Amino acid sequence: MHMADALISPTVGGAMWAVSAGLIGYCSKKVKADQDDARIPLMGVVGAFIFAVQMINFTIPGTGSSGHLGGGMILAILLGPYAGVLAMASVLAVQALFFADGGLMALGCNIFNLGFFPCFIAYPLIFKNIVGTTLSKKRLVAASIISAIAGLQLGAFSVVLQTLFSGVTELPFNTFVLLMQPIHLAIGVVEGLATSAVVLFVWKARPEIIKSVSISVPVGNIPMRNVTIGFLVAAVVTGGVLSWFASSNPDGLEWAIFKTAGTEDLYTPAKNIHSALADVQEKTALLPDYGLKSKKPKQAAQAPRSEPAVDTGKTVSGLVGGALTLLLAGLLRFVLKHRKKNKP
Amino acid sequence: MSKLDTHFFDIGYMDTLSSQQTSIHQLDPRAKLITSLVFVTTVISFGKYEISALLPYFVFPVFLSTRGNIPSVYLIKKILLVSPFAVMIGIFNPLMDRDILISLGTIGISGGWVSFVSILIRFVLTVGVALTLIAVTGFNAVCMALDKLGTPRVFVVQLIFLYRYMFVLVDEAARMVRARSLRTFEGGGSGLKTFGPMAGHLLLRTLDRAQRIYVAMCCRGFDGEIRILKPLRFSPRDIGFTVGWSALFILMRLFNIPILMGNVFMEFLK
Repeated sequence: MHMADALISPTVGGAMWAVSAGLIGYCSKKVKADQDDARIPLMGVVGAFIFAVQMINFTIPGTGSSGHLGGGMILAILLGPYAGVLAMASVLAVQALFFADGGLMALGCNIFNLGFFPCFIAYPLIFKNIVGTTLSKKRLVAASIISAIAGLQLGAFSVVLQTLFSGVTELPFNTFVLLMQPIHLAIGVVEGLATSAVVLFVWKARPEIIKSVSISVPVGNIPMRNVTIGFLVAAVVTGGVLSWFASSNPDGLEWAIFKTAGTEDLYTPAKNIHSALADVQEKTALLPDYGLKSKKPKQAAQAPRSEPAVDTGKTVSGLVGGALTLLLAGLLRFVLKHRKKNKP
Repeated sequence: MSKLDTHFFDIGYMDTLSSQQTSIHQLDPRAKLITSLVFVTTVISFGKYEISALLPYFVFPVFLSTRGNIPSVYLIKKILLVSPFAVMIGIFNPLMDRDILISLGTIGISGGWVSFVSILIRFVLTVGVALTLIAVTGFNAVCMALDKLGTPRVFVVQLIFLYRYMFVLVDEAARMVRARSLRTFEGGGSGLKTFGPMAGHLLLRTLDRAQRIYVAMCCRGFDGEIRILKPLRFSPRDIGFTVGWSALFILMRLFNIPILMGNVFMEFLK
């Protein structure tokens, strides 16, 4: 579920970074405005709890395999949307840095997919509405399960879109969606069951905790419109600026659009528009075509299905050069190591 | 569970690595953070069929880990261990994209395989740099850098809390899991019925702990800000590091160095 650096383009990564930075800024302001100092250590410690609770595995009902809690929904329920997003963002940051889940550039995507959807969509719109004002066991269970499923479905779909817009993988939209959504439906059910098990226990043992969070956080008046508009503006601005740099991948967006439009044979009908767009992008790009002309295999890839445009000679020199590079890297390592030994 | 367990011991080890005193460790955390971001951005900005031009980028992680005294075997193991997502999605490329892109004599290599290898290289590069960054900087220093670079203070402070209490809570969870496995046979007691109360108890203890920490901090004058003794200073060395490496990354983005070297080498042979 974690988006990886290797799968995204700088445009998508940068845009999602901007969006998530905006989200964190906005939520921080909100938390600070609450003037509740106690919340800050609470957020941090509950974030640490997510790591700890992942060590307690359980048998997934009906399958025999074991799973663990993901955590997005439980953070939202315990901390409310604003603090929940911040806690989730820190969990993801630690995962990116220490476990290499995702990556530095994909962190923006991950915060949005795993933080925004549970905290700002699933929690206020689904969980809150199902739980209502009078808490009951049935309502809590139903709310936890349905909101966890919804949050994960949205997140998974967002992963699909981000991957497609990046254009690094070849997976067609339909296949990708059919792959991701059912898997995350299953994960969502398990996550929902686990979340509800924890929430129920806490509700029985210390009802005031669940009560206080479900009452103290104002839900109906999250200015969703402002938030959405802010995100859109941030995404468009950064996307527009960063797409200059992303001209190496002009096909990502158009490709995804053609795919989503459902055209069967995208190469033939798209060729003209596609090459025209690519042309425009090439001309307006800040650094047109970057490296040396026609030396990039990418050029060959963009050409319609035909003979490979990269001839063997270039390929060989590419391979030789690659080998030389790796050799030099090894040598550098050796030299650095050696120098260090001599000079303690 | 045991895998997760070792994963967390790993965090402790990373923390130990980050407290060394090499020339890389002494750099300002902001310099390392910014340079790493430039690195990742340039690496992922390549076209999807790029392989050769990505190779020179290995110079940065190799340099960082060698000068920063990070054991490379450990680093490689860690990279291999994690994140099957990129590989899982990438493996579809060879299936979907079967056009021959490179031909070496009579052997044709399809575009899908080329882009798959490209994804793998990006994966190793980006993940490698992220892990090295934390191993030569330390998490608290990264948080300080984030703070100085304008990240909201509330976020940074709770990030520091999360890191600090992760070790404590993970130990606690590990003890609970051990206790459970000692009292049950053949994986019994691992159903959701047991999980709920276990995780719930852990959560209640966590909340109590948060409350105690908060009260203790208030007693010591906490007002929502964390002050540090060691001020961060951006010295000329840090500027040199950031600008120098960033310039190199951009150069390597503009010119395909392996192809150039290969050409020169082939000319030489002729």
